[in-house]
Amino acid sequence: MVPASVSTLLPILAFVAEEGGEGGHEVAVQVGNGGALAQWAWLIVAVPLVVPFLIVFFGKKLPFKGWELAAGTMGFIGAYGTALLLANAASPIATEFTLEVGRIGSFAIEWGWVVDGLSIMMYFLVGVVGFFVFVYAKGYMEGDIRFTWFFAAFTLFAGGMLVLVSAPNLIQLIVGWEMVGLASYLLIGHYWEDYANVDAGNKAFMTNKVADAALFIGAIIMALSVGSFSFADMLAVVTAQDASSPLATFGFWAGLMLFIGAMGKSAQFPFHVWLPDAMAGPTPVSALMHAATMVTAGVYLLGRIFPFYLDPAGLFGGQVRVIIMIIGGITLLFMGLLAFVQNDIKKVLAYSTVSQLGYMVAAMGAGAYTAGLFHLFTHAFFKSLLFLGAGSVIHAVHSNDMSDMGGLRKRMPYTYATFVIGTLALIGLFPFAGFWSKDEIIASLYEVGIEGSGAGWFVFALAVAGSFVTAFYMGRAVFLTFFGEYKGHAQPHESPRVMTYPLIGLAGFAALAGLLNMPGIATPFTSWLAARRVPMGDVHAQSINWGLVGLVTAMLAVGVVLAYRIFFPDRVTQAERDRFEIPVLYPLLRHKYYIDDLYMDGIVRPTMGPLASAVLWVDMWVVDGIVNGAGVVARGLATAVRWFDNRGVDGIFNGAAAATGGSGSVLRLFFTGKVQQYAALSFAGVVLLAVLFIIF
Amino acid sequence: MEWFDNGWGIALTVFLPLVGAVVLLAIPRAQEAALKWTALIFSGAAFVSGLALLFRFDFSRTGDLQLGANLNWIEAINARYHVGVDGISLPLVVLSVFITVLVVLYSWNHWPEPHNPKMLLALIMVIAVGMTGTFVALDLVLFFVFFEVVLLPMYFMIGIWGDRGVRHVPLFNWNIEMRLYASLKFFVFTLFGSAFMLLGFLALYFRSGDFLDHRTFDMLELAQLGSAGRFAGSFAFWVFFALFLGFAVKVPMWPLHTWLPDAHTAAPTIGSVILAAILLKLGTYAFIRISIPILPQEAKNWAWLIGVLAVIGIIYGSLACLAQTDMKRLIAYSSVGHMGFVMLGIATLTSIGINAAIIGMVAHGLITGLLFFLAGSMAHRYHTRDMGRLGGNMKLMPVMGVLLGFAAMASLGLPALAGFWGEFMALMASFNPLAGLDPTLFRGLMIAGAIGTVLTAGYMLWMLRSVNFGEPSDEWVGHDFHDVDAWEWLAWAPLVIATIAVGIYPRIVLGFTNDAVAQLVTRAFGG
Repeated sequence: MVPASVSTLLPILAFVAEEGGEGGHEVAVQVGNGGALAQWAWLIVAVPLVVPFLIVFFGKKLPFKGWELAAGTMGFIGAYGTALLLANAASPIATEFTLEVGRIGSFAIEWGWVVDGLSIMMYFLVGVVGFFVFVYAKGYMEGDIRFTWFFAAFTLFAGGMLVLVSAPNLIQLIVGWEMVGLASYLLIGHYWEDYANVDAGNKAFMTNKVADAALFIGAIIMALSVGSFSFADMLAVVTAQDASSPLATFGFWAGLMLFIGAMGKSAQFPFHVWLPDAMAGPTPVSALMHAATMVTAGVYLLGRIFPFYLDPAGLFGGQVRVIIMIIGGITLLFMGLLAFVQNDIKKVLAYSTVSQLGYMVAAMGAGAYTAGLFHLFTHAFFKSLLFLGAGSVIHAVHSNDMSDMGGLRKRMPYTYATFVIGTLALIGLFPFAGFWSKDEIIASLYEVGIEGSGAGWFVFALAVAGSFVTAFYMGRAVFLTFFGEYKGHAQPHESPRVMTYPLIGLAGFAALAGLLNMPGIATPFTSWLAARRVPMGDVHAQSINWGLVGLVTAMLAVGVVLAYRIFFPDRVTQAERDRFEIPVLYPLLRHKYYIDDLYMDGIVRPTMGPLASAVLWVDMWVVDGIVNGAGVVARGLATAVRWFDNRGVDGIFNGAAAATGGSGSVLRLFFTGKVQQYAALSFAGVVLLAVLFIIF
Repeated sequence: MEWFDNGWGIALTVFLPLVGAVVLLAIPRAQEAALKWTALIFSGAAFVSGLALLFRFDFSRTGDLQLGANLNWIEAINARYHVGVDGISLPLVVLSVFITVLVVLYSWNHWPEPHNPKMLLALIMVIAVGMTGTFVALDLVLFFVFFEVVLLPMYFMIGIWGDRGVRHVPLFNWNIEMRLYASLKFFVFTLFGSAFMLLGFLALYFRSGDFLDHRTFDMLELAQLGSAGRFAGSFAFWVFFALFLGFAVKVPMWPLHTWLPDAHTAAPTIGSVILAAILLKLGTYAFIRISIPILPQEAKNWAWLIGVLAVIGIIYGSLACLAQTDMKRLIAYSSVGHMGFVMLGIATLTSIGINAAIIGMVAHGLITGLLFFLAGSMAHRYHTRDMGRLGGNMKLMPVMGVLLGFAAMASLGLPALAGFWGEFMALMASFNPLAGLDPTLFRGLMIAGAIGTVLTAGYMLWMLRSVNFGEPSDEWVGHDFHDVDAWEWLAWAPLVIATIAVGIYPRIVLGFTNDAVAQLVTRAFGG
């Protein structure tokens, strides 16, 4: 099976894996190097890094003001990603190419690109979802004050994301990681005239920067333990199960720190605070970056170094996994609950995204590699669909607030239909996409529980409850938006075709993408991802567990019915709804568990206010005070000496006064600004000293 | 080209600006165009000569001193004209001549008051001699002379062309013009440090006679004695301490930093650029070139303290930035933090750390230079640096705003721009400092430094928020702001390009330094 044309840059790795991890799932993949298609895959990364500059410099002169360049780029990435996906499906590809750009100590700094199942999946996702979103954005951003700039920044994001997912080492990953952070900052603050948007951008940047500090430390520990930044070198240490490696000593801390970095980007509790605020950005940004791709970077990182975390022998990052699972579990349930009380439709979806990311992270923590990444895959389609649908509504009613909506079912039929498909996919109704991916996560958690992990049972319970939560808030959003009377002021009408076509396209994926991984029936997605350079097992359902399906479906049915009971406009009065504002719980949710307030009042304001002022005070009054004080003392001394001189002291003190008078005048000289003279004196002093030394 | 390799190349790079200064003095004051072109030609020639050094430099042995000369100078004290470049000094030499050209270009149509281009350009030329000379000097007396040559011109530059606002000095109730206060403080502080440094040099000189048949100021000879462990005990301690004072003032290290915010803020734009981009590096360079090779054991003994002071500088400087309302002063304080990362790298005494320090120095020179250019040009247009009054700059001067955003992002260490490497690698070095240093302490410093990167992002974003974003205040309605002009582009575009280039291709710097630093560390501390 090994192709004859072995890449000269990196020998391909072909092997038959040994039995893998806890799920007892055997991996036996032979991988090829993908030929020219993989060798030229750097174009996927390079093109979107160059095009933003073209858009900035030439975009305004083009017929579509630069949009055509941006959308063309995404189309190219989508096409290339699809080609790679098909090639990988035909014959698994796992290879990487690197270019050394510097060396520090014994550490090579390299740029490169990885072509394997995981990165191909991401190339495909960024390109295809991105293409839909960019097409849609042409309609959505029509007439925007910074239309061209928007597409430049948006394309730059794609470039950063592709730098990230193509990274063969931690350094490049960090570069992509912060590039997408920068793009996020720019696009959240797209309407920077309003400080609220700027602040949202700053919040996103700063929250991520805190997590990034941990990511840096994790990367540092990892690199120093392995002796290289390269993922391949690191996974080689993991595969060798070398207990004497420094990685075995520092594995826990490296793993924990890297996970904290992932928590920032993937908005896991307690770093989730930035994502809902990030909705200040234009809706296409929310769809592509803050739902489909950028926020999944953390999950991607966990996937990229997964064997390190899976670590069945517990030598390296294995102990971190339970933390990962619990953080994911907490996030998926408690952040989902916050969506209950949001009136801004985008914020409902934002909390939903946080919650779904929690599912993915919990899956990674459970060791369910494929399930977590499959959810990443399906979620990208249906969540971007939902955001674009929400954008279509917002575009029509000129408000984000669901109390300005209602009754849009008939006025916006395409938006309505596709939004409902997205909703069904999200809540996980059979046979829509979310059913397959989320059910697999829940099944995996169940297996972890069965194997005797209390934490597994705990997170399993959270995940099942999460199904109810998801169904409830999505039911609420659909009923408030599309049913009942229209309550807004604008005259809503269906969006133009440039916006509805992408909705329809994404709806197709949202409905059908789940069929790519039906346990026990057909699992092409699993075999795509299995194209990787190190052997690895994972927790993996072998067949559909119909009991669990029943349980989860019942939970979501309860959620939808309850939402219907409370929010279906014709059934209830506001007074009745108010009864559901449960004391304690409701205020807690309204205030987002007070976590944002805690950060603002507990960390940000004290740092920027009292702490910074205190430091400046110390600087002015203590550190500089000593300096100024020395100056004052010296001047005083000089004055005193002059006073003595002028008085004409008697003979006994003549000599002493002359001596101090000399030094006093020097001091006086430079406090009267005659520094040149002093410099001359000091130079004379140097010469004098030199002469003295020569004599010795 | 043999003449060029035998020291003439370095001599041209260092002394061409001095010739330029003499020629400038001969040109009448009124002929401004002639003055400008003279300055540009001579600084440009020095730059070309600096680039030529790159082509003559043998990159296969970056650890060796090359292209140098070693001539008698002051025979009575055996001070020699000994110069040369290796992988550590060459990037800094190139940075110096590069920045000098950009400063001359920028000053083309940005004359601080009182006008007098003749004098100002002559001072720039003299400063250039001192800066470049310091990086090539291999004799302590020569080093000292170059180190001090910078001082007076900079004093005059701040004192004459500086900020005329009145500064209230707290505690003593002085009201004094900013330029006078700042220039005096700069001068006295630096001279204070230099005096100790000189004592340290002299002590080394006399001590060297105990081990050799002659006394020497030669850095290489002294370094050989140093790595042989000749300098030890309380002698070594006092010398190290004296040198530390001299260098730490220049860096500046906390708590010797307070001259910096005043000097950088009060200086005219080009003065701030030179100060930030090059002058601060004289101190850090001296640590690498003099303290570590000659007194390795003391460096090892006191690395913990240098590391701690460096990290205090990072955190303290960043917090002080957060409390600033003056844009230029904020950028000035940011140098305290950034140079803290450089010193942290040096304090680890490892190959990675010292590489980090050098690439950090280059990056800081490029990025903070650009920031000071921008702050100067904006203050020139707005006639204020008060961030409370600025705002909405993206509306008034979008190109300037984008450049400011770029510089701020580079300064906060955005990966794939130059500033990232120094920060990240300094943190990396702190995790595994030189064997014998306390790893627990240095790992603590790493964590504190990482927190410093967060604070750095905090104040940079805060500055962008205050200056660039929001709606412009009513104050600026009806004002006609001209965006970036041609001379500004000429001065800034190279900095932008260099920042990106070093960021994505760090070999531009690391290619020089990596082997050289490895050799330095091996010589000083053994395999």
